[in-house]
Amino acid sequence: MLSPNIVNISYLFAAVLFIIGLKGLAHPRTAVNGNRLAALGMIVAIVVTLLSGKFEWQYIIIGVVIGTVIGTITALKVKMTAMPEMVGLFNGFGGAASVLVAGSALVAAMQHIATGEASSQMKIATVASGIIGSVTFFGSYVAFGKLAEFLAVRWKLYTWQKIIKYGFSLLVIAGAAWFGVASIETSGLPLSIGLIASGLLIGLLLMSRKDRFPGMDIVKVLSGLVAVALGVLVVMNPENTMLFWVMVGAAGVLGVILTLSIGGADMPVVIALLNSYSGLAAAATGFVINNNVLIIAGSLVGASGVILTKIMCKAMNRSLTNVLFGTMGPTSDTPDADDVYAGKVKATSAEEIAMLFDGVRRVAIVPGYGMAVAQAQHAVRDLATQLEQRGIQVDYAIHPVAGRMPGHMNVLLAEANVEYDKLKEMDEINPTMEQVDIAIVIGANDVVNPVARTDPNSPIAGMPIIDVDKARTVIVIKRSLSPGFAGIPNPLFANDNTLMFFNDGKKAILDIISAIKES
Amino acid sequence: MDSLVMLLTVFVLAIFVGFEVITKVPPTLHTPLMSGSNAISGITIIGALVLAGAIGNSHLTQIMACVAVVFATINVVGGFLVTDRMLKMFKKKD
Repeated sequence: MLSPNIVNISYLFAAVLFIIGLKGLAHPRTAVNGNRLAALGMIVAIVVTLLSGKFEWQYIIIGVVIGTVIGTITALKVKMTAMPEMVGLFNGFGGAASVLVAGSALVAAMQHIATGEASSQMKIATVASGIIGSVTFFGSYVAFGKLAEFLAVRWKLYTWQKIIKYGFSLLVIAGAAWFGVASIETSGLPLSIGLIASGLLIGLLLMSRKDRFPGMDIVKVLSGLVAVALGVLVVMNPENTMLFWVMVGAAGVLGVILTLSIGGADMPVVIALLNSYSGLAAAATGFVINNNVLIIAGSLVGASGVILTKIMCKAMNRSLTNVLFGTMGPTSDTPDADDVYAGKVKATSAEEIAMLFDGVRRVAIVPGYGMAVAQAQHAVRDLATQLEQRGIQVDYAIHPVAGRMPGHMNVLLAEANVEYDKLKEMDEINPTMEQVDIAIVIGANDVVNPVARTDPNSPIAGMPIIDVDKARTVIVIKRSLSPGFAGIPNPLFANDNTLMFFNDGKKAILDIISAIKES
Repeated sequence: MDSLVMLLTVFVLAIFVGFEVITKVPPTLHTPLMSGSNAISGITIIGALVLAGAIGNSHLTQIMACVAVVFATINVVGGFLVTDRMLKMFKKKD
């Protein structure tokens, strides 16, 4: 057994490794080693913990083995396009772990000590960990379900989607019902009803095919207030552990309803926010069990999530309150799509596009979520290679909120072996956009809509955009003229220098490549 | 010094360190940053391990903590592995 001092010094060492590891992420060259240093820090923390006392090993081994198998398989199998779903889900696991640790610490403490002896620090931290963790878990599950397109949608689901959707809902309802009924005698009828009701509400909300309904804001506020009120009761009566679980249930309702109404365009913000919650939940758990390394690691993650949330909000010119409570959509001032497009949209073909590249010096490719959906990143890279062989300079212009999570496009293009120094940030490429001969927009819409600059009444007014309209020629690859997440028409498509190539993203690029090869 | 005050000191200082370090991460690496920091938030695993193995705790506590170990391990193992996979793609090809 290690002495407490050695254990705590090792925890400090682990925390230092986390910080150095995150510092490594400042550059792609040092990032791989940075991540490995952070992983080493985690191993140090785990090994030292296991050497710090006498344990019954069976539950430890079962838990670690199951977790390792699931974690490894998921990490190695997941497609790069599905990264937002995976990160969303993993945030939730962090939250769930925090709730369970706080809950079992509370139960264990109440068995070993008299009620009066539990410190207020432990009680308050348990409440914080339970509420934040539960909001994180259920919010992340909703984010995962919306990204994997099986929650709050009207269309027909695949069988695996139905199994997850209804399976999880029924599990929550049944779990709450069983636990509620089983503990009527020990904790009284009102609390049992509270737990069953919150489980039922979560389950039903998750089965809904709509993402908005009347009275939603009231439920948001009510569930938040109930969770906090129950939290106060937990602090006053920690021996009644059922109170804690009802509080977790109320916080779960809040987590579900906060995330349910958030649309696709705002997903990057929500994932970043949940990321920060999962960190804060871990930090709160650190206060429960008096552990510095949990607090340090948790606050690092919390800070990271807050920074990303701020960047995403700024990139959409919206406040966080507006993302969480507001709506985004066409207003009465929004011009009619027919007026914007009528007679002005020019469609083109792969052959015509191939001819345009003659004598061209600079091309900028602007990817959006459509590229991820069409899995077109490898085709896009091949096109760029073709163009580069002809002496054309090709850059990629990446909008901060392109895709469904921060940095989504960069990962996809890195997967397709695009060198990172060709990925230009919006602020870097915009000033030189006039020198770009051809801008190719693939699967992006709102982030290149010039209305953001020109119309102060538009829902996206003031949002920074990639100024492709300033390039000499713009080629937009898109299935149809349908609007993006903001639901407004895009006058870029009707500009004199814009050509529309109506096609699936991947097929369009492949067609252009073969047309270039033939010419 | 009271242990609560100590812990609060660590908490506040760590947040400042976090802001300093994370602001320097370029947008290109924001997805690996999220998955990597997510793996770090799996640090709750050490609390879960202690509770799952503590001698004298009730079975209910141990089972709850065991589930927490599963969640946290998925977070840690999956998070670091997938981040490694992504970051390797960013390495410059020679």
